[in-house]
Amino acid sequence: MKKLIIALAASAALMGGFSTGAQAQEKKKVCFIYVGSKTDGGWTQAHDLGRQQLDKALGTKVETPFLENVPEGPDAERAIERMARSGCALVFTTSFGFMDATVKVAAKFPDVKFEHATGFKAAPNLATYNSRFYEGRYIQGQIAAKMSKKGVAGYIASFPIPEVVMGINAFELGAKSINPNFKLKVVWANTWFDPGKEADAAKALIDQGVDILTQHTDTTAPMQVASERGILAFGQASDMIAAGPKTQLTAIVDTWGAYYIKRTQALLDGTWKSEQIWDGLKDGILTMAPYTNMPDDVKAMAEETEAKIKSGELHPFTGPINKQDGSAWLKAGEKAQDGVLLGMNFYIEGVDDKLPQ
Amino acid sequence: MRIELQKRARVSTLFSVLSPLLALALTLLFGAIMFWLLGKNPVSALYSFFIEPLLEVWSLHELAIKAAPLILIAVGLSVCYRSNNWNIGAEGQFTIGAITGSILPVLYPAWHSPMILPLMLILGMLGGALYAGIPALLKTRFNTNEILTSLMLVYIAQLYLDWLVRGPWRDPQGNNFPITKTFQIEAVVPEILSSSGRAHWAFIFAIVAAVALWFMMRFMLKGFEVSVLGQSERAGRFAGFSARRMVWFSMLLSGALAGLAGISEVSGSIGHLQPIISPGYGFTAIIVAFLGRLNPLGIIASGLVLALTYLGGEAAQLSIGISDKVSRVFQGLLLFFVLSCDTLIHYRIRLIFSGMKTGEVKG
Repeated sequence: MKKLIIALAASAALMGGFSTGAQAQEKKKVCFIYVGSKTDGGWTQAHDLGRQQLDKALGTKVETPFLENVPEGPDAERAIERMARSGCALVFTTSFGFMDATVKVAAKFPDVKFEHATGFKAAPNLATYNSRFYEGRYIQGQIAAKMSKKGVAGYIASFPIPEVVMGINAFELGAKSINPNFKLKVVWANTWFDPGKEADAAKALIDQGVDILTQHTDTTAPMQVASERGILAFGQASDMIAAGPKTQLTAIVDTWGAYYIKRTQALLDGTWKSEQIWDGLKDGILTMAPYTNMPDDVKAMAEETEAKIKSGELHPFTGPINKQDGSAWLKAGEKAQDGVLLGMNFYIEGVDDKLPQ
Repeated sequence: MRIELQKRARVSTLFSVLSPLLALALTLLFGAIMFWLLGKNPVSALYSFFIEPLLEVWSLHELAIKAAPLILIAVGLSVCYRSNNWNIGAEGQFTIGAITGSILPVLYPAWHSPMILPLMLILGMLGGALYAGIPALLKTRFNTNEILTSLMLVYIAQLYLDWLVRGPWRDPQGNNFPITKTFQIEAVVPEILSSSGRAHWAFIFAIVAAVALWFMMRFMLKGFEVSVLGQSERAGRFAGFSARRMVWFSMLLSGALAGLAGISEVSGSIGHLQPIISPGYGFTAIIVAFLGRLNPLGIIASGLVLALTYLGGEAAQLSIGISDKVSRVFQGLLLFFVLSCDTLIHYRIRLIFSGMKTGEVKG
């Protein structure tokens, strides 16, 4: 075995060092690390689409290597360290669970810039970026309340972290603004990316009598189950219309491309700073997929709400809002603080589930 | 013309040595063809897959981290397999070892004492051994098939871990993620040379275990007992060896080593318990054991090779942009060629020109 390796090393050395020769013009490396497969049809695919847009826009100045299917944990730390060592100037780590690994590696490589999606730990060379997904979920809730005959929707959730709890509450708030008695059932799949478990969760919810599905997991499996069972559903992270042409009402589409281009340009210009970005519909970091499979009046309502959120006229978390147990949370007209939303660990009234503690 | 396998009169020593190398060469050849079909330069692809991870010190550390559990588990399994006991459930013993070893840091996070780490390692070994003791008990008492029982116990262990970290052992400050508290510093297996990389003492444990078992198999009566009972239980009985006791010995030994691998991995590499703590080390170790010809020293080498396929997949993905599935393909190719090349140890290939032969008979 050793001989073979030596022989191969020698032959590779004789070939004149491909790896160095190919990159002679010194493009900057902007690297991406994905928790799922880049063709998952959801979360990771949206990030990879952003990477491709970056490649298109600045491809003459940067290259964009990536690692996919990296499990959260020790493998993530190694993968991120490998990126830092292989000459990446800027590394985007695109899952909440990469947070501690990114923090550790960032401390080791002060000259490399890092950006962590959806996290809350920052450093001088570690920025965070996130999207106000809840704005889209509020619109979805309104559509669900209009379209559901039974007044019950099902929600496939991943982990009971504040980000996900906030999404559930926003959906329920939107639904209650149309139908005050609207109920929301939640199933915790305890995974971001597992088509089998996600499909099982979808089936369980449909068997419990929901007639609209929404998800906070990464694959199109729930959309496919909804199609098979003939109910309606919302896509997540990417436009999932291909998986449910007669099923998808709309989808929250993560459009990271513009952000990736902006930050890479800042890196090239030397103006990159560590920031904590939380952009929303108005900034274009998320967009709503075309409103389909619904009557015109519902579509008009959705578009109006979208416009109001963009203009700032409507903040989904505006009081009066009660917590699940009926106690008051926000007074009439009071808006939730960003900090409270980012640490949200309670349900609002109407969610038919016990939050795992 | 046809090809026929003909049994050799005796085992070929030449091919016993050559077979793994031949398998490796064939794997590389087919890997090169695969890269070529994918439209990549095969030489640079193989270079980044198999050589690049070996060029930097930090990467060698990572190699040691990946290889340590594979070697630890595989040397234990080699004793099992040599004695004709088929423990397929090392993954489960690994998991239980990780759980029992984690009892102290999870339940007593405020206990800061240098005693904690040795106790954790001992508890991990005990847990793994006891868990392997279940199939041993079933086999010796009820004559059940240990392949089935040990394999099925894997899933029980994994689900138990899953339940623990989502339920009673979940970190209350962990944003509801299914992980336990991060272990206190005294409960972490220390790094060997922390200035140059992350490799920790598990790799040393692995090498010590491999050398110790090699010594046992080579120079001690117990090793002879393992081989004799493995080859012929009846012959072993005449020599006064007990097959029942051997079941216990080999299962408890391999379980303890798998448990040690489990707690070292959790304590040294991960730092807390989580639902998935192994990318299938317990199963990959079976490949490692056979690739190393069930010889503890050979297993050190084969463990490093298999560890390299994990790291190489990552390196190749970054530098030439091929899918991470390639490392799986390499592992599969390697096992396939190892098993098929092993045929050459017991058989020779003969080309038979059937036309001529039948002609002779008839004529």
